[in-house]
Amino acid sequence: MNTNTPLLKVENLRFRWPSGQRDVLDIPELSIQKGERIFIKGESGSGKTTLLSLLGGINLPDSGRINLLGTDVGQLKQNRRDQFRADHIGFVFQLFNLIPYLSVIENITLACEFSSRRKAKALSKSRTLEEEAYRLLSHLQLQDRCLLKKPVSDLSVGQQQRVAAARALIGSPELVIADEPTSALDADTREYFLNLLLSECEHSGSTILFVSHDRGLENAFDRSVLLSKLNRADNRIKTQQREYVS
Amino acid sequence: MNLLLLLKLTFKSILNRRFTSCLTLFSICISVFLLLGVDTLRKEVKHSFTNTISGTDLLVGARSGSVQLLLYSVFRIGNATNNIGWDSYEKISSHQSVAWSIPISLGDSHKGFRVMGTTEAYFEHYRFADDQALAFDAGKPFSTVYDTVIGIEVAEKLGYQLGDELTLAHGVYDTDFARHEDKPFVLTGILERTGTPVDRTIHVSLQGIEALHIDWKTGTRSRDTVSAQQALVSDLQPTQITAFMLGLNSKMEIFRVQRAINNYKREPMLAVLPGLALGELWQLIGVAEKALLIIAVFVLLNSFVGLLTVILTSLNERRREIAILRSLGCRPNQIFILLASESLLFAIVGCFLGVFLFLTAIVLSQSVLQGYGLHIPFSSFGSKQLVLIAVVIGVSFLIGSIPGYRAYKQSLADGMSIKL
Repeated sequence: MNTNTPLLKVENLRFRWPSGQRDVLDIPELSIQKGERIFIKGESGSGKTTLLSLLGGINLPDSGRINLLGTDVGQLKQNRRDQFRADHIGFVFQLFNLIPYLSVIENITLACEFSSRRKAKALSKSRTLEEEAYRLLSHLQLQDRCLLKKPVSDLSVGQQQRVAAARALIGSPELVIADEPTSALDADTREYFLNLLLSECEHSGSTILFVSHDRGLENAFDRSVLLSKLNRADNRIKTQQREYVS
Repeated sequence: MNLLLLLKLTFKSILNRRFTSCLTLFSICISVFLLLGVDTLRKEVKHSFTNTISGTDLLVGARSGSVQLLLYSVFRIGNATNNIGWDSYEKISSHQSVAWSIPISLGDSHKGFRVMGTTEAYFEHYRFADDQALAFDAGKPFSTVYDTVIGIEVAEKLGYQLGDELTLAHGVYDTDFARHEDKPFVLTGILERTGTPVDRTIHVSLQGIEALHIDWKTGTRSRDTVSAQQALVSDLQPTQITAFMLGLNSKMEIFRVQRAINNYKREPMLAVLPGLALGELWQLIGVAEKALLIIAVFVLLNSFVGLLTVILTSLNERRREIAILRSLGCRPNQIFILLASESLLFAIVGCFLGVFLFLTAIVLSQSVLQGYGLHIPFSSFGSKQLVLIAVVIGVSFLIGSIPGYRAYKQSLADGMSIKL
């Protein structure tokens, strides 16, 4: 790929939930370069998760274009979009990233089960998917194999998040999207996790899009964007309502 | 390959919820067993019921109802309202269309089993099931006045062997003051199992019945007792019998002979076709059998509702899991399969266990059922049962598609924002 063309380019994106009265997102422009570490800062309720759903092709924008790796995600049929996501994007969520009835290793290799492309990439690095999972875990400082045999619910939150990171990274997807992955961690582990995640992204050549409300983390990134500046849709009323409810 | 992955996920998910899964499975297994069991039992009961009498063209007794005639003459239930004269029997049985006839004389009993007076023609011509003749398990037919032949169940229950002496009682109730103890009968034969009321009958000759009652008048013993030896030299020609069975030379003549008997001037009599009377009787008692089947179907439906409840409840807990799978590239229709295959898996395993239980029950219950004259062979699990199983599995898939569809819609609506 030409380095001048961005990895991700969003143009005139507008979205509202089918039940919603008003637009949640109205983003004229956002572009991310390949290999860039980008931090998107937004308060809760500012449409962060919705934006990520759109980038991942889980939801479709009402108008505008999302161009990822030269493909207009919105133009793909649903099955192709799901496949595209499986092939090119790894996700890490805030909490409960793991499927409770699968083992640690099965949780990680599951990402390859949905994408033969990522499977092939993983197998080019290790002999088996399990080995690749172990390799990534050891990079993420989770070597203890006894620990990895336990049910995932027995792992600490920090450990669970690292397993989730390994799943997002296996098969080296072009883009890793992390949605508040550190907000459930305490200050020390937060730093620790973030550094592991960033260095491992660099290692596998993945671009990372990190979304958080925690301004303290932005120094670790190449670029920081404020979602409220990016997004022209006014979410203040919604935010106020949420606060009122809580 | 993806389907295999989904099945693996379903399987592991079910395994993760072992306890509730086992209960659900148990409930499906029991319902399938119940459905198969009730369906088979009712078929066998009907089969054995219609097999009670065969080969007899007409059943003749005093004029009453056809069901009543059938009940007392074939099933030995209840009593005849009236007897018929020996002369009428002789007249009809000597008719040119009649191939054979079996006279029956009822009224006495022995320890709860009915005594039936008849002739050698009974052992020769009586047929049950698919034209099966009576056969001897031991001994031979009665030849003298005080000989008796009993059904296998009588022999088993009372522990009789050839050569044993039996004291018969007057009437249906075996009481001390109504026993014919002066004229004991000697056991000369035991019949093979038929699975019909024959197994529960004590057969003696018509002359034996006459000898018993030679010194009885109007239901009680007269003062002038006649010993067993004296009775032998008396006139033992019966004057009355309870009913008789007729075999005709040609089936074409059944209705003609029936009409002739029903219009017989000298005595009011009723002739019925055993098959028709059996059908009539079955209509009466078949209601219970249908009710049982309906209950079994509802039990099955109930366990399906239970299954649906379990899956729908788990769906809420699995919302998170579904969102994770979606983020990994799982398609909404795969989410549908994930949830729908769950009930399918339950149904398949549940049916398998139910069938296994059913077959085990057949083996274990064989001896118990034989006592009721029922024989349920392994072959009673046939293509019809397979269709039943297929319907059960089909319904389970339809039911499974309810949570499947909900999960599908949910996964589309939720996106990645997961409500906790």
